[in-house]
Amino acid sequence: MIHTRNLPFVTTLGIFVIAYALCVLQFPNMLSTRVIGNLLTDNAFLGIAAVGMTFVILSGGIDLSIGSVIAFTSVFVAVLVGSLGVHPLIAFAAVLVISTLFGSLMGAMIRYLGIPPFVVTLAGMFLARGAAYLISTESVPISHEMIDTIQGFYFRFPGGGRLTALAILMLLVFIIGAFIAGRTRFGANVYAIGGSQQSAELMGVPVGSTTVGIYALSGFLSGLAGIAYTLYTSSGYSLATVGVELDAIAAVVIGGTLLTGGVGLVAGTFIGILIQGLIQTYIVFDGTLSSWWTKIVIGILLFVFIVLQRGIIWYSNRRLAEGRLKEI
Amino acid sequence: MSDTNSLLEARGIGKAFLGITALDAVDFALERGEIHALLGENGAGKSTLIKILTGVYSRDHGTMRLDGAEVTPTSVAEAQGLGIGTVYQEVNLLENLTVAENLFLGRQPRRFGLIDRREMRSRSKALLERYGLDIDVDALLSSYSVAVRQLVAIARAVDLSGKVLVLDEPTASLDAHEVEMLFAVLRRLRQEGLGIIIITHFLNQVYAVADRVTVLRNGRLVGTRKLAELPRLELISMMLGRELQHITREHQAQEETIASTAEAPIRFSGYGKRGSVAPFDLDIRPGEVVGVAGLLGSGRTETAFLLFGIDHADSGTATVDNQQITLSSPEAAIASGFGFCPEERKTDGIIGDFSVADNIALAVQARQGWAKPISSREKAALAESFIKSLDIRPADPSRQMKFLSGGNQQKAILARWLATEPRLLILDEPTRGIDIGAHAEILKMIEKLCADGMSLVVISSELEELTAIAHRVIVLSDRKHIAELKGDQVTADNIMQAIAAPARTEAA
Repeated sequence: MIHTRNLPFVTTLGIFVIAYALCVLQFPNMLSTRVIGNLLTDNAFLGIAAVGMTFVILSGGIDLSIGSVIAFTSVFVAVLVGSLGVHPLIAFAAVLVISTLFGSLMGAMIRYLGIPPFVVTLAGMFLARGAAYLISTESVPISHEMIDTIQGFYFRFPGGGRLTALAILMLLVFIIGAFIAGRTRFGANVYAIGGSQQSAELMGVPVGSTTVGIYALSGFLSGLAGIAYTLYTSSGYSLATVGVELDAIAAVVIGGTLLTGGVGLVAGTFIGILIQGLIQTYIVFDGTLSSWWTKIVIGILLFVFIVLQRGIIWYSNRRLAEGRLKEI
Repeated sequence: MSDTNSLLEARGIGKAFLGITALDAVDFALERGEIHALLGENGAGKSTLIKILTGVYSRDHGTMRLDGAEVTPTSVAEAQGLGIGTVYQEVNLLENLTVAENLFLGRQPRRFGLIDRREMRSRSKALLERYGLDIDVDALLSSYSVAVRQLVAIARAVDLSGKVLVLDEPTASLDAHEVEMLFAVLRRLRQEGLGIIIITHFLNQVYAVADRVTVLRNGRLVGTRKLAELPRLELISMMLGRELQHITREHQAQEETIASTAEAPIRFSGYGKRGSVAPFDLDIRPGEVVGVAGLLGSGRTETAFLLFGIDHADSGTATVDNQQITLSSPEAAIASGFGFCPEERKTDGIIGDFSVADNIALAVQARQGWAKPISSREKAALAESFIKSLDIRPADPSRQMKFLSGGNQQKAILARWLATEPRLLILDEPTRGIDIGAHAEILKMIEKLCADGMSLVVISSELEELTAIAHRVIVLSDRKHIAELKGDQVTADNIMQAIAAPARTEAA
């Protein structure tokens, strides 16, 4: 028996399996570890950022700064390592501290100044993008022994596919994220705040520190996504990753998380990322379709899911009303 | 302090908001193993006192002792830690979480730093069994009725705190059977030595369950008394600070004249909507109050929604002055001279951020059409006249609506509709959640309106209220109009019998 609250996730999973099966029917080569490995690697940075976005949306908020923070991170790391010769590990640590602090600051403004997340993170989006331009407007190449090592690292699947370091990083982030959401008090508090901030507060949930923690986590993961992006492209470019936050939101919503907060799974976001990657892969295999079809299909899926969510709410309300009538 | 049985003792509690005194030197003492009712009209300071005791507000003056030791909780969590748990009326638990998650939010059992779901489940089961609840604790809270949610909230609060349980209006949305269930739980907790503070508007329930009562008025303590030694009339006069004026049935004489009016100007015949209300006939004459009685979910509110065009009938006709009308929207209903005060005042009735004057002018504006704005002078005059005639307090038309007490908000909504001079006014639970004083005033107002020739449809779950004001009472059950009581038949007993035995009444 599927609980109503897991219905969106199960639907997403079903859609993915069916879509993948259809793709394989048309292009049997798509059923290979090579395709899967590439899919994971190509979407690693998006997936990492989407985990942070999942927490934000679960709490009933939104984080629009993600794409800009990724761009800032990649430029910052590229300049530190590529131009100034700083060791990558130090650059990574520095940038993670900065992005985490940046996220905490946004969380604190949302909580303690009572400004809507949309507005605060919109400001954060401009700020981070501006800071990226300030560092460099050019694409900065990056090369370092250690980075080459990381880029060259992979496990080989049977069938020739490669599980790269980036893919492993993303999978780890998803696994840890799922544990945080499902099995820690912090995670439970995130769901509680998403359900009703007022009730959560009256039930003794530390709403302030949790809100700051949520945006700090999203900032940290944006920073990590930025590092992944830098490793992926071997460069930092301040014009890159425009609108990635919207792709992340799309992955979260397609993954079955309620935009109003309180309901959803980190695992759902993973499926959301896979669906986006699948569409891209299909387009590559087809060879004649414009890459904009990705956007169109994502758009349609989003519509479907939002309608589905409304339907579920309507359905469960009706069932509840019927239940009440029965009691009387 | 000399009293060894004393559990929670507050002395000289004072609190002011922006210079306005909300509580003035209030003493309050709760003993172990007692149910203590806290009563007072709206604005008496009940909620302020509770919020100070439970750590939501900080106090300006006074001391608070728990088990003899001075405490100053600064947050709900801290009060919980000290042993003071609260169940609020409206914002209760989290509907998007499961029952078990709600019970253990913030204190989940953990293994190796991770939440132990199995342990949480079994402990939830064990906890709820003590309250006679055998439910699936992994199901979402939203899948259960209000009564079950209330019990879950109490189970959480008691388990969390264990010394003092504060219940703010716990019975507001429960039916009689559920109230009994709740009271049985409270009595058991009392035996276990818990101190329970209960805030309620229902005096019957106070006498049914509480041992002592503390009455507040205008932020001051009126007194604490044992209920066994306190006659009801005296309690009411403590609350009101004046002798209660009885509402009399003056409309007996009028009834003849109304009944003799052969043709009702507003008629609904075979009116109904599938899945909402079965087709019914309803004639409404000028100067008549038609009461609507029935249990929660019997189709009372649905009837009102049909009459006001919020829901659309799929059978039957509506005629006003022998002309057939189509109630396709509330706008159309307003055009026909109808008005409607909904049950959920806070969500459906008022616009909290608007001023009192704006709220009153809303329906007049809607009738005029939005293209022709009401001038600010007209609006001020309108607001002033109603604030005076309905005695809306504070008498400040520019005050934001959300800062008014429940009773005064209700009066302002009435004013909104009266300003449109409707011929039919539909009131859904006009006195729910408001204090006794405002209650009496609103009932008097209803009588005056019908004396002036207005027709009213009043939906109420308080039978005494219906029998006091209604000329006729329609009884609903299972979404059907099952009986109509007239004149002398309008008694609480008859209504209850009609509800209890729908089949028989139908046959008769």
